[in-house]
Amino acid sequence: MCGAGFGHFRWLAGGGAGQDVGRSCILVSIAGKNVMLDCGMHMGFNDDRRFPDFSYITQNGRLTDFLDCVIISHFHLDHCGALPYFSEMVGYDGPIYMTHPTQAICPILLEDYRKIAVDKKGEANFFTSQMIKDCMKKVVAVHLHQTVQVDDELEIKAYYAGHVLGAAMFQIKVGSESVVYTGDYNMTPDRHLGAAWIDKCRPNLLITESTYATTIRDSKRCRERDFLKKVHETVERGGKVLIPVFALGRAQELCILLETFWERMNLKVPIYFSTGLTEKANHYYKLFIPWTNQKIRKTFVQRNMFEFKHIKAFDRAFADNPGPMVVFATPGMLHAGQSLQIFRKWAGNEKNMVIMPGYCVQGTVGHKILSGQRKLEMEGRQVLEVKMQVEYMSFSAHADAKGIMQLVGQAEPESVLLVHGEAKKMEFLKQKIEQELRVSCYMPANGETVTLPTSPSIPVGISLGLLKREMAQGLLPEAKKPRLLHGTLIMKDSNFRLVSSEQALKELGLAEHQLRFTCRVHLHDTRKEQETALRVYSHLKSILKDHCVQHLPDGSVTVESILIQAAAPSEDPGTKVLLVSWTYQDEELGSFLTSLLKKGLPQAPS
Amino acid sequence: MAAHLKKRVYEEFTKVVQPQEEIATKKLRLTKPSKSAALHIDLCKATSPADALQYLLQFARKPVEAESVEGVVRILLEHYYKENDPSVRLKIASLLGLLSKTAGFSPDCIMDDAINILQNEKSHQVLAQLLDTLLAIGTKLPENQAIQMRLVDVACKHLTDTSHGVRNKCLQLLGNLGSLEKSVTKDAESLAARDVQKIIGDYFSDQDPRVRTAAIKAMLQLHERGLKLHQTIYNQACKLLSDDYEQVRSAAVQLIWVVSQLYPESIVPIPSSNEEIRLVDDAFGKICHMVSDGSWVVRVQAAKLLGSMEQVSSHFLEQTLDKKLMSDLRRKRTAHERAKELYSSGEFSSGRKWGDDAPKEEVDTGAVNLIESGACGAFVHGLEDEMYEVRIAAVEALCMLAQSSPSFAEKCLDFLVDMFNDEIEEVRLQSIHTMRKISNNITLREDQLDTVLAVLEDSSRDIREALHELLCCTNVSTKEGIHLALVELLKNLTKYPTDRDSIWKCLKFLGSRHPTLVLPLVPELLSTHPFFDTAEPDMDDPAYIAVLVLIFNAAKTCPTMPALFSDHTFRHYAYLRDSLSHLVPALRLPGRKLVSSAVSPSIIPQEDPSQQFLQQSLERVYSLQHLDPQGAQELLEFTIRDLQRLGELQSELAGVADFSATYLRCQLLLIKALQEKLWNIAAPLYLKQSDLASAAAKQIMEETYKMEFMYSGVENKQVVIIHHMRLQAKALQLIVTARTTRGLDPLFGMCEKFLQEVDFFQRYFIADLPHLQDSFVDKLLDLMPRLMTSKPAEVVKILQTMLRQSAFLHLPLPEQIHKASATIIEPAGESDNPLRFTSGLVVALDVDATLEHVQDPQNTVKVQVLYPDGQAQMIHPKPADFRNPGPGRHRLITQIYLSHTAWTEACQVEVRLLLAYNSSARIAKCPWMEGGEMSPQVETSIEGTIPFSKPVKVYIMPKPARR
Repeated sequence: MCGAGFGHFRWLAGGGAGQDVGRSCILVSIAGKNVMLDCGMHMGFNDDRRFPDFSYITQNGRLTDFLDCVIISHFHLDHCGALPYFSEMVGYDGPIYMTHPTQAICPILLEDYRKIAVDKKGEANFFTSQMIKDCMKKVVAVHLHQTVQVDDELEIKAYYAGHVLGAAMFQIKVGSESVVYTGDYNMTPDRHLGAAWIDKCRPNLLITESTYATTIRDSKRCRERDFLKKVHETVERGGKVLIPVFALGRAQELCILLETFWERMNLKVPIYFSTGLTEKANHYYKLFIPWTNQKIRKTFVQRNMFEFKHIKAFDRAFADNPGPMVVFATPGMLHAGQSLQIFRKWAGNEKNMVIMPGYCVQGTVGHKILSGQRKLEMEGRQVLEVKMQVEYMSFSAHADAKGIMQLVGQAEPESVLLVHGEAKKMEFLKQKIEQELRVSCYMPANGETVTLPTSPSIPVGISLGLLKREMAQGLLPEAKKPRLLHGTLIMKDSNFRLVSSEQALKELGLAEHQLRFTCRVHLHDTRKEQETALRVYSHLKSILKDHCVQHLPDGSVTVESILIQAAAPSEDPGTKVLLVSWTYQDEELGSFLTSLLKKGLPQAPS
Repeated sequence: MAAHLKKRVYEEFTKVVQPQEEIATKKLRLTKPSKSAALHIDLCKATSPADALQYLLQFARKPVEAESVEGVVRILLEHYYKENDPSVRLKIASLLGLLSKTAGFSPDCIMDDAINILQNEKSHQVLAQLLDTLLAIGTKLPENQAIQMRLVDVACKHLTDTSHGVRNKCLQLLGNLGSLEKSVTKDAESLAARDVQKIIGDYFSDQDPRVRTAAIKAMLQLHERGLKLHQTIYNQACKLLSDDYEQVRSAAVQLIWVVSQLYPESIVPIPSSNEEIRLVDDAFGKICHMVSDGSWVVRVQAAKLLGSMEQVSSHFLEQTLDKKLMSDLRRKRTAHERAKELYSSGEFSSGRKWGDDAPKEEVDTGAVNLIESGACGAFVHGLEDEMYEVRIAAVEALCMLAQSSPSFAEKCLDFLVDMFNDEIEEVRLQSIHTMRKISNNITLREDQLDTVLAVLEDSSRDIREALHELLCCTNVSTKEGIHLALVELLKNLTKYPTDRDSIWKCLKFLGSRHPTLVLPLVPELLSTHPFFDTAEPDMDDPAYIAVLVLIFNAAKTCPTMPALFSDHTFRHYAYLRDSLSHLVPALRLPGRKLVSSAVSPSIIPQEDPSQQFLQQSLERVYSLQHLDPQGAQELLEFTIRDLQRLGELQSELAGVADFSATYLRCQLLLIKALQEKLWNIAAPLYLKQSDLASAAAKQIMEETYKMEFMYSGVENKQVVIIHHMRLQAKALQLIVTARTTRGLDPLFGMCEKFLQEVDFFQRYFIADLPHLQDSFVDKLLDLMPRLMTSKPAEVVKILQTMLRQSAFLHLPLPEQIHKASATIIEPAGESDNPLRFTSGLVVALDVDATLEHVQDPQNTVKVQVLYPDGQAQMIHPKPADFRNPGPGRHRLITQIYLSHTAWTEACQVEVRLLLAYNSSARIAKCPWMEGGEMSPQVETSIEGTIPFSKPVKVYIMPKPARR
């Protein structure tokens, strides 16, 4: 009845590639409820492997019947890319939960992704625009810290996670059991978002990402300063700066960084942003001010920081303009598109500079130039000589090892589960978490199921009279300390009640039996029984100050209901036998007394 | 009399006995009907609890006099016993507390009743309120030990109450009244004292967070009252650091800090190891850990407290800046370390290669501690915090710690420099100020200087000026550094020409601090060539002046430098020495013996002679008072001229010289006005003559107000003399009016007013009267009884003779005196383009001004706008518009709104700053003025204003609104 099944936990797909390209999809069963956390896709594959294998969830039967809800933590495609496929093509009609900004930005990204896959690469059997729209209709948007009742038992609650606009951590709770899923998060605030925060919710399990499991990062200020200094120096020299970025997330941070710097330093050099997608997204950034950091929240009344004064839309023709400029262009790894075009134009001039703000996958132009290659072969056997300066700046919005530990410390979970990272690195973090926080830690592989036993608390009803009576016995109500309470537990119709023994007897129609324990204690004492009894009396009196110790006229000593009698066994006049007798209610005191008496009496002061 | 009778009636009714001394004194006093009676009537009238509550609320709005408090209290208590509604009882209880706070009322008489009703009270809220009342009573009687003990007993008894509010109040009571260990410690007392701590300590683990907080606060209260807390509390408090509730953690951090200050040197064990450390270090580590707490309130608290833990050992201190970086389990150097290394290796470029920051050695996985028990990286976290409050607190703490530890100052430099790029201006400004404060302990490396200088381009003027101040007092290590600083400052100058003065000043200090570093740069800076003559630079170029200021100030202590100057440099020196004497020091120039002998000896040891000169000339004036009027006038004129010139030459004496010159000018005016022959003519004066005298009187008045309010550092001695001078001016005014007007009626009023002034003067300066021997007022007071009874004509006659006979008072010079001055920087008044706006609407005009030596500028400085039609408008700037960049200096940056009806063409309005004064505000401080209710109004009102800045003209053009 009070079974300890936490159910089981399934790690469906993901891991492996690490960084931002893994597909996140986790299935959690908690107290009989099934929740799917994130529904990501893999950017590296163009075949079936790009989406998680949903047939794994349920071999037969509909997904909607099996899953109670789907939760999407943020709008990155490796966390939401498979959503239209999952809901429209595989078929899921249940609720999908995400935050408002995610709900707004997610379809833009999905649509963009679809365009590239279908229109450019000409793939068939891909989800359509209509499917994205239909899928978004199933979404239920949640606010931060809003407790959403999915059904009678299951409730979810979102916490701020930093990382990207609208990223959230989710607490999933059924009864007294709960899981927190962090998604991706960032513990250090940046120029446009705050730091992740969670209260001491003490979940049974914390599922955390661990991208930077083995890294402790330097202060972000040095990075920012370096970045600004490099850009500033280059434009002062009259050079052009190219910053390849992905459309959402880091791009906004860098924009704000440059914008405020331009404002502060009164610079007039133009800054351009190259993509239409961003304009649409920037619009949402302007709207979701409560999700940004303190500075933007405080100043948006005077001026919305996302209304960029210095940053204008880029036109293809601008690249040939003379004079200094700064251009943000997509994509971030210089493998195709506008950023590559601009790069080709500017690469020959040593006054110019390209700043790579993030990680580049092997094989891309970005990776090549970062590793120092100065001559690049382009299509058509062209050789491009790179004379421009190449800089690398790491602006990443994942928590580092310290940040992960900090979050675990904040939430105080019973156990931690690491996902979204490389196994080798996770091993290190796992060891640290177990060592320093003394919390059990798991790191399942793809497709592995972890089952966690829990010790759920079971509510028991107690009558007020009994509670008050028992409370009154102690000295002070000591908070947070277990107290001994005497009563009878009655289980009836699957509810529990604690009642006083008299009432229990009455209810069950039983007669009361007296139960007494007796015990003999041998004492080494040559004096008479009465005197021994008197000594026992004074000894107990001096020790048990809070109890009522009495010396009865018949020579026996009573402590509360405990009776102590001294007798002299005939065979040995040197020893006296103390007969201690107590009822089972006074078991605690009785056993204490016997052990006390066994130690012997103190030497008489004579 | 009727009022008196009425009062008697009420007194009998309420049985409040009042001593009847009114008959003895002649004072008339208005008394209101007794409060208690009215209250009683009201309460009896009340039919429902809601009614009663309304009456009580009304009653609470007005203050109660001390003598009727007791009666009111009795009535309230009486009603309390009868009342069934808890809300009314609550209000009564709170009123009792309020009443017992009344000044002049001793609440020990109501204590018994209060304790009595406490015992029978059932409602928790009322109980809590009653305890609050007891607290008010207890704090009112800090001397009475018995009462305190009794109250503590009461509090202990109610500690077991189930309501958190009651427990809260009990703890508060204990904290405020728990007995202190006095020097005469009887056994019982010290026992009780120990008990209080233990009792409060027990509630550290209460189930309600509010009670836990209250317990910690009570403990802190005990500490504040001087009770020495026990060290055992430390461990209890440490447990509370991991409490679920932020207010508990916040208070616990404070408590830990307190204990660490009490027992810094005692030893505590480190859990799970055999080592032991000093308590202050342990506490430091724990508070550092709280800098990464989940709640920002706690983080602010922790970061603030870190700053004041100066006893912490340097090892721990330096950990706060250390965050062991790693990447993929390999140790990585921080950007700071890399920058340092680059610098020491002589390379001067960074980050050109991918993987420049590549991690180096492998890290031993076992040795890495991700959650440090110690202080690791606390400041790194604090400075990166999301909330700017935390960041500011961290910067402040860094500042305080760095001031006490030079080695730490050196280490925290990199982090402070990083903060110059914070997104919030306040934080940037704060870190620049902090840097300035610790600049004695540090020398900037070139790469650090580079970052510092980059901020010079900031568009915020505050930031730039703070940075200039910082550069004034930094030490630079290399000549390249100086060069870099100069180049950046010149760049700043071209970008923001308004910074000119600030930059020049900055370069002055930079030069005088680093003469040897400037020396090798001189040929390059002056662009001299060994063989060729170069073109003479433009003397009016601010950038060239800036370079010269740097060089000349360096040359002051570097005698070899002038040899490198070319001819025109010497000429420019002479010019600048004269035109910008505050920036260019006197130099010993070779081959210019004449100049040097004339200038240098007179400057360096000059302070004494000029001071002497000042004294001598003043003494001459004072001693020669019996000169014939003509001679006296001439002497005064000469002296005033001398003083003014002296003030211009010696800036440090300017205040004194001006001050005394103004005083002498008043005297001169007075003499001039009095020595006219016309006073001897009995006939009424004709217009022209009276004009001169009344204008003199008016001017003297103005000058005395200036003397009183425009100078900082004026003491009471001077105020007396100034007031005395003003009194003389008023007398003069009275005489002139008397001689020019016909009819006596207006004179009566004027005479009376004047005599009141005299009376007032006497009362206010009673202590100083002995110093005023033989003066106008001295004589006047001698004749006071006669004056009181004389007719106005007679008074005027007496005054006239006395004015002419009275001695000239010696003005003692104050130690430090500075004249308040203001310069409007913006608007510059040079624009030819009128500011256009639609008539009837407003236009905002940015005003930026520097104020020197203004006391309390928030209340006194006003902006005045004069329109061409004579309309004047006074604008009160917001208190937040004033910044305080340094001692004695203020900066007003505000916006004023202009509006007017349509004009046909653009015209100029005048903007200037005024110093508002109010002589009665100063006087309100003196004890005989009673009535605390009156003073706030007095202080806010403005009696008059003194313009103290040059007016600036602004060209505006209100256009008629288009239809």
